[in-house]
Amino acid sequence: MNKVINDFSIIVGTKNGSGSSTANNTILRAIFKMGIPVSGKNLFPSNIQGLPTWYTIRASKDGYLARREEQEVVVAMNPDSFTRDLASVAPGGAFFYADDIKLSITRADIAIYPMPVKKLVRDDPNVPADFRDLVGNMIYVGVLVHMLGLDIETVHAALNFHFKGKQKPIDMNFNAVKAGADWAKANLEKKDPYYLERMDKTDGMIMADGNTAAAIGSIFGGAQFVAWYPITPASSLAEAINDYIPMLRKREDGKNTYAVVQAEDELAAIGMTVGAGWSGLRAMTSTSGPGLSLMTEFAGLAYYAEVPIVVWDVQRIGPSTGLPTRTSQADLSFVVGMGHGDSDSIVLLPGDVNECFDFGWQSFDIAERVQTPVFVLSDLDMGMNQWMSKPFRYPDTPMDRGKVLWEKDLEELKGNWGRYLDKDGDGIPYRTIPGNKHLLSSYFLRGTGHDEQARYTEDSVVFHRNMERLKKKFESARQYLPKPVLHETKGARIGIIAYGSTEAAINEARVQLERDHGMKTNFLRVRAVPFTPEVDEFVRTHDQVYVVEMNRDGQLHQLLVLANPESAMKLISVAYGDGMPASARWVREGIFAKYTNGSKPKSVKSITKKTVSKNGKKGAK
Amino acid sequence: MSALPMAGAPANVNLVGLAKNDYRGNPTTLCQGCGHNSISNQIISAMYEMNVLPENVLKFSGIGCSSKSPTYFMNRSFGFNSLHGRMPSIATGGLFGDHTLKGVGVSGDGDTASIGMGQFKHVMRRNLNLVYIIENNGVYGLTKGQFSATAERGLELKKQGSNPYMPVDICMEAVISNATFVARSFAGNAKQVKELLKAAFAHRGIAVLDIISPCVTFNNADNAHHSYAWGKDHEEPLHDITYVPPRNEIMLETELKEGEIRKVAMHDGSMIVLKNLEKAYNPTDRFEVLRTLEEAQRNNWLTTGLIYIVENVPTLSDTYNLVDAPLNRLTEPDLRPAPAMMDKVNALMF
Repeated sequence: MNKVINDFSIIVGTKNGSGSSTANNTILRAIFKMGIPVSGKNLFPSNIQGLPTWYTIRASKDGYLARREEQEVVVAMNPDSFTRDLASVAPGGAFFYADDIKLSITRADIAIYPMPVKKLVRDDPNVPADFRDLVGNMIYVGVLVHMLGLDIETVHAALNFHFKGKQKPIDMNFNAVKAGADWAKANLEKKDPYYLERMDKTDGMIMADGNTAAAIGSIFGGAQFVAWYPITPASSLAEAINDYIPMLRKREDGKNTYAVVQAEDELAAIGMTVGAGWSGLRAMTSTSGPGLSLMTEFAGLAYYAEVPIVVWDVQRIGPSTGLPTRTSQADLSFVVGMGHGDSDSIVLLPGDVNECFDFGWQSFDIAERVQTPVFVLSDLDMGMNQWMSKPFRYPDTPMDRGKVLWEKDLEELKGNWGRYLDKDGDGIPYRTIPGNKHLLSSYFLRGTGHDEQARYTEDSVVFHRNMERLKKKFESARQYLPKPVLHETKGARIGIIAYGSTEAAINEARVQLERDHGMKTNFLRVRAVPFTPEVDEFVRTHDQVYVVEMNRDGQLHQLLVLANPESAMKLISVAYGDGMPASARWVREGIFAKYTNGSKPKSVKSITKKTVSKNGKKGAK
Repeated sequence: MSALPMAGAPANVNLVGLAKNDYRGNPTTLCQGCGHNSISNQIISAMYEMNVLPENVLKFSGIGCSSKSPTYFMNRSFGFNSLHGRMPSIATGGLFGDHTLKGVGVSGDGDTASIGMGQFKHVMRRNLNLVYIIENNGVYGLTKGQFSATAERGLELKKQGSNPYMPVDICMEAVISNATFVARSFAGNAKQVKELLKAAFAHRGIAVLDIISPCVTFNNADNAHHSYAWGKDHEEPLHDITYVPPRNEIMLETELKEGEIRKVAMHDGSMIVLKNLEKAYNPTDRFEVLRTLEEAQRNNWLTTGLIYIVENVPTLSDTYNLVDAPLNRLTEPDLRPAPAMMDKVNALMF
């Protein structure tokens, strides 16, 4: 049997609320500390306790971080998902299960390993009775130590990190790991080909989730006011600000340069944010689709009254309440024109956790420079799952506070200013900030029609002039937005455009498309709407452009068609939304199904013919 | 906000050297005789007499006739005319920008008791440093005369017929939601409105002023509870109220008789002097406050005066232990962590 080293997926099936996350994070950290590129994804129900939940860990010597649809190593700890878990093991794979689950094993094509989880925990007199279930999860970690070659020293290091050096829980959990490993050594015979071996591919890398990265980026951006309302999958973003900001903004006088307010709902969360943005603070809120729907009226006000704010939307799949714990990229159309009347939005689209950090601070610069709401669209997969990444980079430009006039500026201008006066011809006016004591500083902000001096007016000419200036402002805004990221293959005439968390799956799929079908592709990952000129250029210079995204209607595709009507026929939508993170297989098959080259092999089925596999995920057989 | 008297200042300016005109706003566009206009005028007088610098006040409002009125006073103050029912959240964020500023918010009964009920109650429990004025007329004026949530059951309006629902008592809602200052007045009682405005302004924290403000156009039938005639007939003042500024400012001594008065000290050393009319009403006793409001409801009384006050409760910005300088004056060195912190953070990421 040929060994398969550092190139397989592990999935652990447990009950929600059973405390398995410590065990799963320990495996993830240990693999990472072995130097093996790894990613971890939590597939969890919208439930506190009891429903099945899965954690997938992908080890990839080649550094691919996207979800895979196949799993070679399955650990079944939950009787309710046992049958499904057993069926999900790839042929030739390994199936570990807690031996107190008395269900029949119906497969002969995989290696079967029972684990006496309950017995081993009960045998340890140092584990109190009410800790047995929690610590029991460490037994499977120990079994994997022996059976896969998970390094026990790195497991210890991972536990040490997790419990922040507290000896008692470290020892209790590590003893269970050792008990599992010792038992496996004495009782199990290796019958599968999957192994972990040390590499050096994670040196200098970090692992982080996008919400934490966004939070820390925002703090480095000088976030001063955060208002939020709990919602999955965005809550951990504001919570991470609460976790990190006391350390990062600690002062000698013990006083705070910021305020984080948990509001009574999303209306109030964004309302407070708009109030704070108006009064000169770097103000932000974070939410997901349902919260964003509630925020619409304030988004329109902030657009029209020109108040800088940052709104993070960690997307989950809708419409309505949808699947609260599943990922999506279906808020783009909504956000782009958010609000009634003629509106525009600036939308930033981070593609990995590093960009969540970068856009955390850059979003404030853009919002204050352009004086408008900036929406940052992340998603559940990026926001809540662990991604290997380069370390966060300290901001390389000073803060841009935009066109703000304080007392001495007004003195120099001799009061010659107007809140909505386009002095510079770029559509971006100057603003003063409450607390300014200059007699000519004040103005009355409103969502009603206003003239250059912010005075109420119903004059059609003035109204129209202001709306045209706002349009010009958004033209000017393009220069401040992040440019797309281009991945090129020499000689490629086929393009792929996408945004956000699908990048990992797309880059993996591109390798497969070239290897299996000879399709060379260039890939442009868009990072902002309105589009910067590079996007138009990319569309113009490719024969076919596949627009890949996780939603039903091809929202990015629609925006690209609107922006490039003359190229509409060569923009091809590859859109699919079922709540699961993109996989390379889905991207590859989705593109290939629509590929209209005559040499296309007939054997590959289209993704429209689906079979249900693991976790209800539809994928081509 | 306190200032020393200026020697030789002209008689028509106050202690901060401003004339009453410096507190005015644009000409009103509300109906002639609207109660809201007289409230705006009392705000102007109160701010002038309290020697408030307009630059130290932020004006807020929601949507509706009442919410237009911040345009009609204190042009030198920044103002934010926001969204229907959302004034509290805007004021909450806005006042974080500079915690040395005082907020004056104007809302209406629709803005507060209908669409904005949620934000109204939550800003009470946060004790934002805001004077929250409700210009309460029981009717939607700007959309031409529909019932509001404070309209009494059985009220007849021209196009609407009879109001089938029970009214919301704004003061009771405020007390229940842990407001720290709750008062009611009647726009026709200019002196009381002004004294209560001063007391509200001196209060550190949320100060609710429910001012019955008759709508001359849509809700002024003599038997309507928010009309001039009904208000005049049914007004039951708890007390005469006089605001006494802090001792370090020049003040007129008020003749007070023992046994008839109750002084309530404000955080800044100023006083409210309540001259009781009927009984020894104690506005610091929540139990008695709620009983009094309940009694007034049962008797169809319009209880006016300082209904409830508790001083020295931390305001929202106190709770956040903010730096002394206004947050909006901080710059990059205060706000962006040092480069060394980047390594520290990266070391925490697995």
